[in-house]
Amino acid sequence: MNRILADTLIVTWRNLKRIPRIPELAIFAILQSIMFVVLFAFVFGGAIPLPGGGSYREYLMPGIFAQTIVFAAATTAIGMADDIHKGLLDRFRSLPMARTAVLSGRMASDVVYNAGILVVLMVSGFVVGWKLNTGIPELLAGIALLLLFAFAMSSIGVLLGLGVPSVEVAQQVGFTVLFPITFISNVFVPPSTLPDWLQPIAEWNPTSTLTAATRELWGNPNPFVGTGLPAEEPVLVTIVWAIVIIAITLPLGVRRYRNMSR
Amino acid sequence: MRAITAEGLVKVYRTRSSEVRALDGVDLEVEQGTVVGLLGPNGAGKTTAVRILATLLRPDAGRATVAGFDVVRQAQEVRSVIGLSGQYAAVDENLTGRENLWMFGRLYQLPSGESTRRAGELLEQFDLTDAGDRVVKTYSGGMRRRLDLASALIGRPRLLFLDEPTTGLDPRSRLGMWDVIRSLVREGVTLLLTTQYLEEADELADSIAVIDHGRIIARGTADELKSQVGGERIEVVVHDRADLPRAEEVLARDGSGQWTLDEHTRKLTVPATGGTAKLVEIVRDLDLAGVVIDDISLRRPTLDDVFLTLTGHGAEDDARETAGPGAAA
Ligand SMILES: Nc1ncnc2c1ncn2[C@@H]1O[C@H](COP(=O)(O)OP(=O)(O)O)[C@@H](O)[C@H]1O
Ligand SMILES: [Mg+2]
Repeated sequence: MNRILADTLIVTWRNLKRIPRIPELAIFAILQSIMFVVLFAFVFGGAIPLPGGGSYREYLMPGIFAQTIVFAAATTAIGMADDIHKGLLDRFRSLPMARTAVLSGRMASDVVYNAGILVVLMVSGFVVGWKLNTGIPELLAGIALLLLFAFAMSSIGVLLGLGVPSVEVAQQVGFTVLFPITFISNVFVPPSTLPDWLQPIAEWNPTSTLTAATRELWGNPNPFVGTGLPAEEPVLVTIVWAIVIIAITLPLGVRRYRNMSR
Repeated sequence: MRAITAEGLVKVYRTRSSEVRALDGVDLEVEQGTVVGLLGPNGAGKTTAVRILATLLRPDAGRATVAGFDVVRQAQEVRSVIGLSGQYAAVDENLTGRENLWMFGRLYQLPSGESTRRAGELLEQFDLTDAGDRVVKTYSGGMRRRLDLASALIGRPRLLFLDEPTTGLDPRSRLGMWDVIRSLVREGVTLLLTTQYLEEADELADSIAVIDHGRIIARGTADELKSQVGGERIEVVVHDRADLPRAEEVLARDGSGQWTLDEHTRKLTVPATGGTAKLVEIVRDLDLAGVVIDDISLRRPTLDDVFLTLTGHGAEDDARETAGPGAAA
């Protein structure tokens, strides 16, 4: 147990070291989110009425945070695939280290990385007009929920990164799957504006429940139509989502890692 | 105790469309403190064999032990006595050389202080002290390979696997790498080394196992292998390609075995007994046949000849060497 923890910390340290050494990665991740903020807060936002009123920018920012967190899956998948491609995974696997520390270290460092990005985005959010209408406990609860979800997405990323043949494929799969998931949601528009058949998907979409949960926690406009469970208990549904995702993908990822010796 | 034993190793790679039998019953034994060279052309199965012995891959059949531990059932024990340096440098580009070594040392379960000290020693030993605090991204290919080898040595392994340690290096770096490997061997590590270069196996290994298409086709010392191929060779470089058939006729008559042709350099090689007298005879007969030659020489057999004799094709390039009629039987 001790060894697992020690080795996880070393792998985490190593992954975090690279962030300041390839600053482009973090900068572009932040710029991508800021681009969405600019696009929707200043360009489309005026044309999107919120049922029940409220500030669109206040509505938008929690969605942007959630969207960023969903992309944690791609970050992890790319990092994993890169380690395989460069032969580092083989080196790790030839060492007498705790076997799963490669995976837990990757997930831990990606959660830290996403926490950093979240801080930058929150500050940017304040600049464009996002507000916290509740207190610090709610703020922290919202952040904890986002990071729990980041962990779940990283778990998907491990599974994906170990399964793709190259870094480029990891990138492609990440973006072609994650973009639609973050768009068929309540991130940018209220789901009531979507076609009927898409509405249940958008409501149950974990991106939506995560967004609705933080909006609710922080007192931001949250015009979630419908009376289903995701609308009424977004925090609970998000936690369940995260646990289900982790319970399914983490064992599969560990198994795929062990099966690399097949 | 034998440092490495392998019996009947089989590995089949299955992809959607095909099946590759990369190892087809490999037996191997390496005595403690010796250097064994696993010699074979590209695709022979060298990397697959090393990956199985280093616990990265499970064999489909057969068994292997390293330092007495079973590579499948006691993989973690195996890992704590081996060092592996693969065909491509597996170091983290975004860490410095020193950070890489420290990290691998910690993951080898060395205490932090010991890791730091060992990293410093290895940087010195591998002539990387000046570059030690630069990120590896800025290193040359040769420096990366040295750092990779240093990483394999961080835990003072008793047993070292080097997969093509000099492939892709320029001649000077190659000689430098040979020196490093020789000094490791003097310190007493047991080494399994794979190579495509006959010269390299001859230079570094106590004994050689020749692998081709996933099977060990010969083993012995370099001298034993050479004697298997018989005596000396005479090499003739023909000036004009059109003269080749006539030159081949002469060599078939005067030589004591099958001639082979390197199309690319118009070089014909034939085993010959009788030393310089035979050389003179061949020169005369070529002259009589009206063949103009650029060069002719008498030489001792090389391991390349061994390969040609054993497999019917050259070790370094299948396409370039064509054996004379009947040679491939
Ligand atoms: N992961 C793999 N999937 C499918 N075929 C493979 C794989 N790795 C190696 N091979 C095939 O197995 C054979 C042996 O490969 P390898 O052990 O890498 O040979 P060497 O190291 O001697 O060049 C080759 O034909 C190679 O194409
Ligand atoms: Mg190879």
